[in-house]
Amino acid sequence: MLRAALFSRTLPGLSRLSTNLYSSLAIPAPSCRPEVQFNQLFINNQWQDAASGKTFPTINPATGEVICQVAEADEADVDKAVKAARDAFRFGSPWRRMDASHRGLLLHRLADAIERDTAYLAELETLDNGKPYAVSYAVDVPHVVKCLRYYAGWADKWEGKTIPIDGDYFCYTRHEPIGVCGQIIPWNFPLLMQAWKLGPALATGNTVVMKVAEQTPLTALYVASLIKEVGFPEGVVNILPGMGPSAGAAIARHMDVDKLAFTGSTEVGHLIQQASGNSNLKKVTLELGGKSPNIILSDANMEDAVEQSHFALFFNQGQCCCAGSRTYVQEEVYDEFLERSVERAKRRVVGNPFDLNTEQGPQVDQEQFNKILGYISSGKREGAKLMCGGGAAADRGYFIQPTVFGDVQDDMTIAREEIFGPVMQILKFKSLEEVVTRANDSKYGLAAAVFTKDIDKANYVSNGLRAGTVWINCYDVFGAQAPFGGYKASGNGRELGEYGLDNYTEVKTVTIKVPQKNS
Amino acid sequence: MAQNGVTENGAGGGAPAPALPRPADVQGIAHTKIFIDNEWRTSCAGRTFPTLNPATGVKICDVQEADEEDVDKAVEAAKAAVQRGSPWRRMDASSRGRLLHKLADLIERDRLLLATLETLDTGKPFLQSFFIDMDGSIKTLRYYAGWTDKIHGKSLPVDESFMCLTKHEPVGVCGAIIPWNFPLLMFMWKIAPALSCGNTVVIKPAEQTPLTALHIGSLIKEAGFPPGVVNIVPGFGTTAGAAIAGHMGIDKVAFTGSTEVGQLIKEAAAKSNLKRVTLELGGKNPCIVFADCDLQLAVEETQKGAFYNQGQCCTAASRVFVEESIHEEFVRCSIEKAKKIVIGDPLDPQTSQGPQIDRQQFDKIMDLIESGKKEGARLEYGGVAVGEKSLFIQPTIFSGVKDHMRIAKEEIFGPVQCIFSFKTQQEAIERANCSQYGLVSAAFTTSLDRALSVSAALETGTVWINCYNALHAQTPFGGYKMSGNGRELGEYALAEYSEVKTVTIKLSETM
Repeated sequence: MLRAALFSRTLPGLSRLSTNLYSSLAIPAPSCRPEVQFNQLFINNQWQDAASGKTFPTINPATGEVICQVAEADEADVDKAVKAARDAFRFGSPWRRMDASHRGLLLHRLADAIERDTAYLAELETLDNGKPYAVSYAVDVPHVVKCLRYYAGWADKWEGKTIPIDGDYFCYTRHEPIGVCGQIIPWNFPLLMQAWKLGPALATGNTVVMKVAEQTPLTALYVASLIKEVGFPEGVVNILPGMGPSAGAAIARHMDVDKLAFTGSTEVGHLIQQASGNSNLKKVTLELGGKSPNIILSDANMEDAVEQSHFALFFNQGQCCCAGSRTYVQEEVYDEFLERSVERAKRRVVGNPFDLNTEQGPQVDQEQFNKILGYISSGKREGAKLMCGGGAAADRGYFIQPTVFGDVQDDMTIAREEIFGPVMQILKFKSLEEVVTRANDSKYGLAAAVFTKDIDKANYVSNGLRAGTVWINCYDVFGAQAPFGGYKASGNGRELGEYGLDNYTEVKTVTIKVPQKNS
Repeated sequence: MAQNGVTENGAGGGAPAPALPRPADVQGIAHTKIFIDNEWRTSCAGRTFPTLNPATGVKICDVQEADEEDVDKAVEAAKAAVQRGSPWRRMDASSRGRLLHKLADLIERDRLLLATLETLDTGKPFLQSFFIDMDGSIKTLRYYAGWTDKIHGKSLPVDESFMCLTKHEPVGVCGAIIPWNFPLLMFMWKIAPALSCGNTVVIKPAEQTPLTALHIGSLIKEAGFPPGVVNIVPGFGTTAGAAIAGHMGIDKVAFTGSTEVGQLIKEAAAKSNLKRVTLELGGKNPCIVFADCDLQLAVEETQKGAFYNQGQCCTAASRVFVEESIHEEFVRCSIEKAKKIVIGDPLDPQTSQGPQIDRQQFDKIMDLIESGKKEGARLEYGGVAVGEKSLFIQPTIFSGVKDHMRIAKEEIFGPVQCIFSFKTQQEAIERANCSQYGLVSAAFTTSLDRALSVSAALETGTVWINCYNALHAQTPFGGYKMSGNGRELGEYALAEYSEVKTVTIKLSETM
C-alpha cells in the first residue's frame, strides 16, 4: 500500500522491492524470533487479563504455528475500557487541561520511541503479519513515525474562527474533541493503521478505545507500552485485542462511545454504520474496500507502467484496500503490457519474509488463503486467461503464487469483487471515454491511477474518475499530509491530512450578544 | 515582552518546568565571529566591537563586526542555498520540520549556557532568561516545525475550462534585524517562520547582545541545516543593518525595533528592490482598568506589564488608565507592590530587576523621568538611579499623568509606570486610541459586555482582557498604525514568508 519516500528517491519512478535496493538501504539483519513482551489488554495504562479469562492464539502465517496466546477482550472489557476513556475525558481531567502544544509533544515522543524500536517492531510485525521484514522496516515503521509527527504538529494549529454574523453579536467557533472514540483496525498494516487512527484522535484531544485485529495484535500492544512510557495520562488510549463480532460489535453499539472509526471490509462497514444507527448515532468514519482501476494509456512509458502496475497490485501480498486490481490497458499496447506484466510477476520472489531478498510473504491466514484461491478458480471458470501462477506457493504457510489474468471482462467476479490477494486482472479498452465509464462502474471508489505523458489526457481521466485518490504516473504514493478515503461504498470521511482532523472534532459555535457591533 | 504563555499557561498541564539551576560558569566565549555558510569568519574590514555586561560595565569579549562586504557574502551564501535544486529546496517539507525540532532539542540541551549568556549580555534576571526566554524560543521553534508540511495551497474552482492551483513558495533570501531586549526569542520569531516556509536567512543581531545568536549559529550547524540557510552577521544598524535593508539580493526584510528605524528600513526597501517588509515597532500601550475589575489582579498585571524586562518591552504597559473611583486605591496598591521589586545582580535568583541595557538608554529614561516631574506628573515612587555609575533605575510610578506630557506620548523603554485617571468608558477608549502607536492594549473588567465592547474598540494588534503579556507562538502579534506592518507568530506569520503562485492549466475541450 505504501511506499517509503526513500524508495522513490533511490529509484526514481520505481519501487522494485529487489535485493539490490535493500542491501543498499543497510537494513539490519532481523531476529526471526522476536520476544513477545505484551499479550494482555491495555486499559488505563495497565495490563490486564480479559474479564472472562479467555485467550486466543495468534499465528505466524509463514509457518501456521502459534506465536503465543493473547487475552481476548469481550463486552465486559469494552465496558471497562470505555469507562477509563470516559474518565480520562471528563471536563477538568489532566488530558482535557493539557496545553494543545503538549499533546503535540507527547505524540512526538511516541514517534521518537517507535523510531528507537524500529527494528524490534518491524520484526514483530513480520512475525505476526507475514509481510517482508524489509518492508516492515523501511515502509511501515517509518510511515508510522511520520504520521505521528505530522499530527503532533497539528495539535496547536487546529483553529476555530471568529465569524462576522449579522446583528449585534460576536460569534466564534471552538474546535473541541468529540470524546471517547472507538477505533477498529485491520490486519494488513497493523502498526500503520494504528497510527492513522491515533494521530488525529489524540492531536485533537480525544480518548480512544481501540480494537486491534485478532490476526495481528502484537505490535499494537507493544506500542501501548510506549504510550505509557512517554507519559500519556491513564485512560487516554486503551487497546483491546479481540474478535469483531464480540469486542468490535460491543464498541460499535456502545452507548458511551461518541465516535467510531473503522478500517476493513465494506461488508463489516455496513454493520458498523447500522450499529451506530441502532445505538446512540455515534459519528462514523469508514475506510473500506476497493476495486481500484489503474489505467494505462498507449502513450505511457511502458517499462514504468508495467513496474508500477505490478507494485500497485502485488504490494503487501495484494492485501491493500487500494490495490490496483483492475488494470485497464489501451488496446495498442495491451499485448506488450500483458506479456511484460506476466514476465515481471514470474520474477517476483516469494518466500520467508525474514529473508531480505523476499518480495512477497504469505497471506495473513487460512481463511484469506482459501478465499483467494476461490477467486482464482472463479476467474478460470468464468473464462479469464490465466497467464501465470494460480496456486499455492509452498507446502506450509499461506503462500500464493503471483497470479496474472488476461482478457478479463468487466462482469467477471474477479473484476467486480475485492480479492485482497496477489491476483492481477488485466482488461483491454479502446477510448478514454469508454475506460472512464468502465472504471467508474463499480460500487467502490477508493483509489485510481492513470499512466500517460499527455497533459490533456491526464486531466481528463483524473477529473472524470470517481475515486478519493487519483495517482498520475505513480501508485500507492502516500503522505501523512494528503487525505485518503473513499467515494461511494469505499467509505465515509477522510483520513490523513488536515481533513483527517474533521472526523475527530465537534465544532462549537459560541454567540455572544454585544452592545454594539463594529466591523 | 514575551512570556509565551509561561505564566498564563503553565497551570494546565504542560511540561513541568525544570528547577532553576545555578547559572553556568562561563569561561571564555566560544563563538564571537561572523557565521556564513555554516562557517565562522572574521570581518572583511578586520574590525571588532566589544560587548559589555550591563550589570557591571565590564567587557565580556570582542565580537567580529560585520559590514557591507560581510553582508554581501552572507547574501551570496543565502542565495546559493535557496537556489532551485539546492539541498534546502529539494528537502521534504517534513524534513525541514525535523531540523527545526532538532534545533529546539539542542537549545533545550544548552539551555543553562544560553540563559547565562543571555543574562550576561542583556542584564535581564537569570530566572527570566532561563524560563521565559528559553521556553519561548523552544516553543516558537517547535510550533513552526509543525507548520512546514501544513502550508497548503488550494485548488480553485475557476470559471470556464481551466484547472487552477496555488502553491506557496518561499520568498527567497530573508533579511532579519533584531533588537537587544529579547535577543534569543526575537531570533526565533524571525528564523522559525522563515525556515518553516523554506526561505534562507541573513540575520543581524543587535550590537549590544550578539552572544546567544552566535551560539545558535553553532547549533544550526550541529542540527544539520545545509550551509547558507542561516547566516548571522553581528554588527551595527547604520552599517550592516542598512546594508541588509538596501540590498538588491535580499527579497524580504523583517525588522523589530524602534519606529524611527522602521521608517528607514521601509524607505531603503522602496529605494532598492521593493523587497517585502515586515515591521514590529514601538508602542505606547494603554491599559484600561475599570472599577468593576479584580483590583489585585489588575495591579499585578499592569505592573508586570510596565516593569517586566526592566521596562524594555515594545509591549510595555506604559499608559495605565484607571477609573476615577478606584484610582487612589490602585495607586496605593501599585506603590506597595513596587516596593517588593528586588533590584540587583541579575545572576542572583532572587533578583527581579536588572540594569538597563546601556548608557544611552539609561540617559534617555532618566531624561524622560525628569520631564515627567517638570511637566507636573506626581512622582509616587522611585524616579532615581540606584547607586552611582551603574545602569540600574528604581521602578518608577507617576500618577496624575496628562495625555499631553512627554511621558504619556513617547516610548520610555524603562521601568516607568504612568497612571492616568478617567471617568467614562467612551473617554478611556478615545484617549487610549489617541496615539500614533497601536501595538497592544489591555482592559481589566469583570463585565462581559464591557470586555467585548472595549476589545472591539481598541486600535491595537493585540488586546488582553484581564491579563498582560500573554504571548503565545500560536497567536499573531503585530501593530496597527505606526507600531508595524504585518504579523509575527501564529499561522498569520507564514503569509509574510511566502509567495503565492497561481498555476492555471487549460483543460482540453475536445476530449
